[in-house]
Amino acid sequence: MMKRWMTGKTHALLSLVLLAVANSSYALTTQEMRSMVDGETDARIEALGKAVVQADEKTVLFLQALADDAVKLVAEQVLVVKGAQGLDLLTGVSKPLPDTAQDVISNNRLRGEIDTALAALKLFSPDTTLRLAAATALLKEPDAAKLPLLDKALSNEKDTRIAAVIRLAQAAAQLGSEDVAIRMQSARTLAESKTPETQLQLNQRLGQETDPQVKALLQTALREIEGALHWGERLGALFTGASLGSILLLVALGLAITYGLMGVINMAHGELMMIGAYATYMVQAAFRKYLPDAFDVYLVLAVPLSFLASAVVGALLERSVLRHLYGRPLETLLATWGISLMLMQGVRSIFGAQNVGVENPSWMSGGVQVMANLTLPYNRLVIIAFAAFVLLGMAILIGKTRLGLFVRGVTQNRPMASCMGVNTARIDTYAFALGSGIAGLAGCALSQVGNVGPDLGQSYIVDSFMVVVLGGVGQLAGTVYAALGLGLINKILEGWTGAVLAKICVLVFIIIFIQKRPQGIFAIKGRSAEA
Amino acid sequence: MMNRRGNLKALALASAMAAGTLTFSLQAQAADTIKVGILHSLSGTMAISETVLKDTVLMAIDEINAKGGLLGKKLEPVVVDPASNWPLFAEKTKQLLGQDKVSVIFGCWTSVSRKSVLPVVEEMNGLLFYPVQYEGEELSKNVFYTGAAPNQQAIPAVDYLMSKDGGSAKRWVLLGTDYVYPRTTNKILRAYLISKGVKESDIDEKYTPFGHSDYQTIVADIKKFSAGGKTAVVSTINGDSNVPFYKELGNAGLKAKDVPVVAFSVGEEELRGVDTKPLVGHLAAWNYFQSIKNPANDEFIKKWSAYAKAKNIAGHKDKPLTNDPMEATYIGINMWKQAVEKAKSTDTDKVIAAMAGQTFKAPSGITSKMDEKNHHLHKSVFIGEIKADGQFNVVWKTPGPVKAKPWSPYIPGNDVKPDEPAKK
Repeated sequence: MMKRWMTGKTHALLSLVLLAVANSSYALTTQEMRSMVDGETDARIEALGKAVVQADEKTVLFLQALADDAVKLVAEQVLVVKGAQGLDLLTGVSKPLPDTAQDVISNNRLRGEIDTALAALKLFSPDTTLRLAAATALLKEPDAAKLPLLDKALSNEKDTRIAAVIRLAQAAAQLGSEDVAIRMQSARTLAESKTPETQLQLNQRLGQETDPQVKALLQTALREIEGALHWGERLGALFTGASLGSILLLVALGLAITYGLMGVINMAHGELMMIGAYATYMVQAAFRKYLPDAFDVYLVLAVPLSFLASAVVGALLERSVLRHLYGRPLETLLATWGISLMLMQGVRSIFGAQNVGVENPSWMSGGVQVMANLTLPYNRLVIIAFAAFVLLGMAILIGKTRLGLFVRGVTQNRPMASCMGVNTARIDTYAFALGSGIAGLAGCALSQVGNVGPDLGQSYIVDSFMVVVLGGVGQLAGTVYAALGLGLINKILEGWTGAVLAKICVLVFIIIFIQKRPQGIFAIKGRSAEA
Repeated sequence: MMNRRGNLKALALASAMAAGTLTFSLQAQAADTIKVGILHSLSGTMAISETVLKDTVLMAIDEINAKGGLLGKKLEPVVVDPASNWPLFAEKTKQLLGQDKVSVIFGCWTSVSRKSVLPVVEEMNGLLFYPVQYEGEELSKNVFYTGAAPNQQAIPAVDYLMSKDGGSAKRWVLLGTDYVYPRTTNKILRAYLISKGVKESDIDEKYTPFGHSDYQTIVADIKKFSAGGKTAVVSTINGDSNVPFYKELGNAGLKAKDVPVVAFSVGEEELRGVDTKPLVGHLAAWNYFQSIKNPANDEFIKKWSAYAKAKNIAGHKDKPLTNDPMEATYIGINMWKQAVEKAKSTDTDKVIAAMAGQTFKAPSGITSKMDEKNHHLHKSVFIGEIKADGQFNVVWKTPGPVKAKPWSPYIPGNDVKPDEPAKK
């Protein structure tokens, strides 16, 4: 989808690109295309460099195809892949690709060169976003040979933001100049833009610099940049903490009902999440097969279905096994543990022991850049919002609805609720199904950041119990504070001590905390009927 | 059919045990078949990787039996499930060698399981073929290592990243799961990098617990570190933790051409459950890739596809994949067969002697040779870049097979250790 759009765009822009750089008397030849796709890397890069200098419209198309890995070799011909057809750019003739077509293999170095070559050509595009991207790409790969091109682009540029990036790219390209004065000048220019990209350029130069004056300048510039980037790092740590917290919250919310409110030590909680994740996988697979055009919205269907799938399994579990075990927590522990093993093996038999791939919708990949060194990934943002949404929904359901009233009534005083005419057995089933359904939602969210496999639940079961116990059993608010708190503490510690020690520290902290305050952060106040 | 026979046998065994005539019945059976033990986890966390290795051995056994067996006898597989439980590996080995009297065992994946099996195999004078790349620092008379030693995987990978084509990396992040293989490999790599003139401050070593799934902080750290110079990441992250790691890399906008990641535990099978689009261009170093084109590999893939279809192996029947440890397993069992034929016996000591210098036309395209002395294979090293379809483009390879150095010269004290197992 995306790719098609991009190529279309390139088409439209071509004529304008050409006004600036193309050499009308020149035409791309098969020989040149071959030399760009076949042979030693050095030779290919050299051929690429030559082609860019005298680029015509077909060169741009060809380079774009090369960057998209859509070029194949058939005997002596170099063809651009369009679906099952191979297009000969020079003649414009398409024919079906034979099986013998060879892939063109580009390594990372070549890919970088192709991207910069394309960037150099796109520097004259009328589209500002393309120009900005092109200028940024050139800044990353400074090359003194591109200086004339940059000068020309700068003289044409009206947009001040892009002009600033082009000036930086110029400075970066001149950083290796023979002339000390030019080096000083470009170091100063680069130092003004406080981004990780310029930091990299200056650091690289510092490694080779021999002139003491320039060296000192580079060092002060780097110190300044580091200082400026500090805030981005701190905010980044906070964001990762919040993001981990939101995941912990999602995995613990369901358990806060089944364990917290109903007192079932539900070891199968993780497997209910796993079922939700597999439901998401099924929906995703069905969309890819039957509705490939609507793939980006599959989550709209996956969310309710993962809830339903887990809720149904939860309800069956409650009806068939757990209702015989209320009030005997140790036996529920054993029974649910056994069930968790059965569920896992069941999934393993149906889907295989291997993980299954859940593809993110395209709008969830990538991130939004808020500061020079702080990018917030979309999938994390979506999960934070989703956790808030689930929490809100649950708070309303438990706090404001009739069902919620019954659930609270039954948990606080079962015989009294029963005397009042509440069908406690049915409420138990509903409540358990609700808790399970929320586990399913957690599974749906987890499928977007991690693995989906039969063991998915195992890695989250300890975390979810930790959150519920720390927050205070039977307290939803406690669960929220505990999840966010643990997320933040974990991530801040991880920045200091590394992941392994951070995990140990958090566990030690929880053990000490539970020792001092067994009832968790929030205790149930007043007279509890079951106490 | 197979199953019913298995059940009957189990029943017979149970009754035999009850009657106390166990030894008799086993000896009667041992006369007409050669037993082959298969010790791979079929459940638990490692099932993901190890299950296909069991099937690879079974496929090779079928193949050998179809050609008339070995020394005029059929091979009989004995499959046990150590369930990703390290002490259970030792128990099951005891059972295979003591009760079932197998002639050879193919098994283990993690180094910790191998370490648990090792004393049993040595004490009972058994024979183990270990098919996975590992950290070295071990050499046993009773074990043949058909996976790569560090100098056959880790060091060439680092060399590639330092080369111009690999991106001339100057700074290094050594990232791994916290256990013996990554720790030892990184110790070797650190010493190697320093010998190449890399400064201590340009190496960042990081570990995560098993099953770690939140790589936000680590990726942010890598991003920050990479602002200090051209950076490459060497990943010894284990199994499925790789998925969240790569997803996070993609979302943070770290592209393979800016910060390449070379992985030692990511192969075709591990990428099966992964959306590979954000991973394109990241690297893996192995001694075999499915995408390698040569007649031996075509035949290997064809055999595996047919076998997977015939046996209805989940996943592989629709999308057959082969990988490096499968190739290593396949080479191992075929070399063992040749050695038995050469020794005209399945006696452990005779087979060990006959293994030295065995050769086999490996699917990786070389004639693989078992070293005369050090129980390791000579292997070619390939560096592959991940493609969008989950396969690898080979972008670099060694000119020829490399001899294994189980005792890495980059760990102090290793220079005096002999390059062959101690004789008993």
